[in-house]
Amino acid sequence: MPQALAEIVEDFQSVTEPERLEMLLDFSEELPELPARLAEHPDLLERVVECQTPLFLNIEVEPAGEHKVSLFFSAPPEAPTTRGFASVLHQGLDGLPAAAVLAVPDDMPNLLGLTRALTPLRLRGMTAMLARIKRQVSERVAAAGS
Amino acid sequence: MSLPIDSNPSFADYAHPERLVSTDWLAANLSTAGLVVLESNEDILLYNTGHIPGAVKVDWHTELNDEDTRDYVDGAGFAALMAAKGISRDSTVVIYGDKSNWWASYALWVFTLFGHEDVRLLDGGRDKWIAEGRELTREKPVVATTSYPVIERDDSVIRAFMPEVLGHFGKPMIDVRSPEEYSGERTHMPAYPEEGTLRGGHIPSAASVPWAKAAAEDGTFKSRKELEAIYLGEAGLAAGDDIITYCRIGERSSHTWFALQFLLGFENVRNYDGSWTEWGNAVRVPIVKGSEPGAVPAGFGA
Repeated sequence: MPQALAEIVEDFQSVTEPERLEMLLDFSEELPELPARLAEHPDLLERVVECQTPLFLNIEVEPAGEHKVSLFFSAPPEAPTTRGFASVLHQGLDGLPAAAVLAVPDDMPNLLGLTRALTPLRLRGMTAMLARIKRQVSERVAAAGS
Repeated sequence: MSLPIDSNPSFADYAHPERLVSTDWLAANLSTAGLVVLESNEDILLYNTGHIPGAVKVDWHTELNDEDTRDYVDGAGFAALMAAKGISRDSTVVIYGDKSNWWASYALWVFTLFGHEDVRLLDGGRDKWIAEGRELTREKPVVATTSYPVIERDDSVIRAFMPEVLGHFGKPMIDVRSPEEYSGERTHMPAYPEEGTLRGGHIPSAASVPWAKAAAEDGTFKSRKELEAIYLGEAGLAAGDDIITYCRIGERSSHTWFALQFLLGFENVRNYDGSWTEWGNAVRVPIVKGSEPGAVPAGFGA
């Protein structure tokens, strides 16, 4: 677990459940806006099929060296839980070498102490978000190396 | 002390117009004594980002459920919850929420299990209130604790369990999930992660009517005429039918239950909350894959 993410996890674990939800809300408000070059490409947005949260996720890795990772997310204001978790990952992982991002345990979302407050489906959504990030990082690194 | 019903002409055709209030009515009545406004959302943080002034949050997942029994709270649990939310037995409760009142309907259905008499939905829910530029606040209301009687939950009228569904074959059922869930191509909601059901498909003979068909663009319910075209026309229901609705865990189907029971006036509508997470995993329980409803399986039904 990279240090920044480990510290966030520790912060969550050191408070009560209602405070954890407040903390997640704070994170949701800190999620940075997309840079213009991505914001102007709505074609990259994952589309709403029926009733789920449209989450936009894009990963960039530096072409050489440690392949430092940049994370970009976008989710609408009416999806604060999704935004909050994206923001946790952003603050915990942005700018780290690819190897550090890939080493994050897959069950990291379960370590935030929200397993009772959030529905199993929501938690799985967080796990899926982390899995997607790791998959994109692997693909980008492979592409950079070829 | 019940508040007067919303005499909005757009509700007049419904079987039970007293079950809906408009955003105008709610805005005018926010400070009327006897009213408690509840917000019930799919997203647990949404209320905290801003809510209707005076509204109290209810969380279906942690407050209306019993953690251990895969059931709802009992009479004592419900009484304690109501007291904490400032609700009396004679309060008018107006519930609203995100995603076209999806989880608000679920909360209303649970209130109905306990026979709370005057519980209504805000037509159009949270999104309509916001779209109209109405006031939101982050200020949590100070709730004056009330006393609420311990009422035994009545599961016999609007709730169905698996054995009852097995005995229901031959009568109409409505599957309100997405077409992909109904056909068995996927066992979870579109773009939501896997829910962990072993088999994909639907209950044999159930008609597919995705829940959102009952909602208009702005999240309000469609007109009675439009609802009749969907449920009586396309789905083949007839007046007087005994109907079971289901989805994945019973939340989307409570939206359809509301439309059938209160807007179209069906008197025998039960929501099967075990839904696909139970049915799809149950041993020796028949399913059908594909987009056709399929026949009633031999050896089942009344």
